[in-house]
Amino acid sequence: MSDHDQRFGLARRLSMPGPLLLDGGARLSPVDIGYETYGRLNADSSNAILICHALTGDQHVASAHPITGKPGWWTRMVGPGRPIDPERHFIICANVLGSCMGSTGPASTDPATGQPWGMRFPVITIRDMVRAQAMLVDQLGIGQLSAVIGGSMGGMQVIEWAATYPDRVRSAVIIASAARHSAQNIAFHEVGRQAIMADPKWRNGDYYADGDAPAAGLAVARMAAHITYLSEAGLTEKFGRRLQARDAKSFGFDADFQVESYLRHQGISFVERFDANSYLYITRAMDYFDVAEPHGGLLANAFKGTRTRFCVVSFDTDWLYPTSESRVIVHGLNAAGAAVSFVELSSPFGHDAFLLEVPELFRVVDGFLRAGEA
Amino acid sequence: MSQLRPDLAIIAEHVANGSRVLDIGCGDGELMAELRDQHRVDARGIEIDPTNVSAAVARGLSVVQGDADTDLGNYPDQAFDYAILSQTLQTTRAPDKVLEELLRIGRRAFVSFPNFAYWRVRWSLMWGGRMPVTSALPVSWYETENIHQLTIDDFRAFVAERGIAVEDAWFLNGAKRTSAAAANFRAEHAVFLLRR
Repeated sequence: MSDHDQRFGLARRLSMPGPLLLDGGARLSPVDIGYETYGRLNADSSNAILICHALTGDQHVASAHPITGKPGWWTRMVGPGRPIDPERHFIICANVLGSCMGSTGPASTDPATGQPWGMRFPVITIRDMVRAQAMLVDQLGIGQLSAVIGGSMGGMQVIEWAATYPDRVRSAVIIASAARHSAQNIAFHEVGRQAIMADPKWRNGDYYADGDAPAAGLAVARMAAHITYLSEAGLTEKFGRRLQARDAKSFGFDADFQVESYLRHQGISFVERFDANSYLYITRAMDYFDVAEPHGGLLANAFKGTRTRFCVVSFDTDWLYPTSESRVIVHGLNAAGAAVSFVELSSPFGHDAFLLEVPELFRVVDGFLRAGEA
Repeated sequence: MSQLRPDLAIIAEHVANGSRVLDIGCGDGELMAELRDQHRVDARGIEIDPTNVSAAVARGLSVVQGDADTDLGNYPDQAFDYAILSQTLQTTRAPDKVLEELLRIGRRAFVSFPNFAYWRVRWSLMWGGRMPVTSALPVSWYETENIHQLTIDDFRAFVAERGIAVEDAWFLNGAKRTSAAAANFRAEHAVFLLRR
């Protein structure tokens, strides 16, 4: 491939006329995909790895975020000498459909009105996100991906990739994820959505014109969600009941406790980089996710005859997508006769462990990927 | 070729090339790697210890963290040419059910276990009056995972009662083979090849 080929590199954007036929029945056009690539596609296009990001993630997996300036969100997994290595792999990460970092979403312009879509944007699913990614992979000239990998909602996309395009995925890595959203998962998301919708600035999603977004509602949604990403033990260890920059309780409603201050900070910094409507649409897509549903409720049927190799990883302190959910995936894959590996790793970090320093995770993923490349 | 544990070496020697194998209690994948590399076997494993699972996955094997007592039910009937249960039967909660599952999932099953009627074990109990600690049973009574100790004759009676065919059997004293005659007294380990 040429170094001047504008398809490859950081901060890329692909605009396609569409239409993309969505699970909900709508036809979406045009379809833009914001993405990044690292490394070089080899001669027979056999070294491509697609990384799928989580709910509030983006394509900047190993490069600085354009708004916050923070390093990429998975530099522990992706980089020179890491399990996913640009020296060895051609790495793709795309912003999901419905998000707000360059891919088409509710903040994009509706060609019919010339105005932002807002809540007129069609409801999308995880499979719609995957279909859009497949269009990108086509455009990059790649038939089969060496691996598709992701954690949390990224893992759901991996499952959907393997179910929808079995011949295009050689290896699948599903970390801290689930094959369906549980009642508890849906319940937490509904709290977040209601927080956004209860903010008077939300105005049924039409807040783009004057730039006055429902920041308070989105911040509360983020605060509630953030608690689910951590473990109780992790919170206790990090904050305990320690007070924030004071010696005594204020007998008021300031952020007396460090944990309150931390959560407020998480909420406030999130709204700078994320669109409230995108949060509504993506959480909805996750709630609708149930891979077994179109297969008579039998997960094994979604993977019948698959030749994809699977690696499933869970964390013992993750109560958002607990090990039992990973076991559901594993049992379904076993019943389908698939080649599957599964391990529950120990980590104090709860659901967020997949983003953090867990050396065992890197060892497992590295070994699994290398075996598939041999 | 690495030095396999003697019972595993017997199993590796008798698994047909190119077959499909499920190794239950596969440890860090020692036998699976041997079968894959030397016998072109499509090997899958189940292992209860996460450190072992990580090590096996890191060497490129398909190993699932799970438990022989609870995680066999999802495998389809006759999904494998062989199901292997090495040094694990005596650690399961329900060895009879595990064995039934083994012969449902696999067309054949290899089962290896330490023989509790080995003469050193008898000696330790009879003259020492203590639970035996031997090379095959190296852990004290309060730490051992072996909750269902059995003898070779127990196992022979068990499979006979259930109409399970013994296709072959091997008996070991340390690394050395010993004859089937008086195996219940002289063998420290047994390896059985079973068929429904």
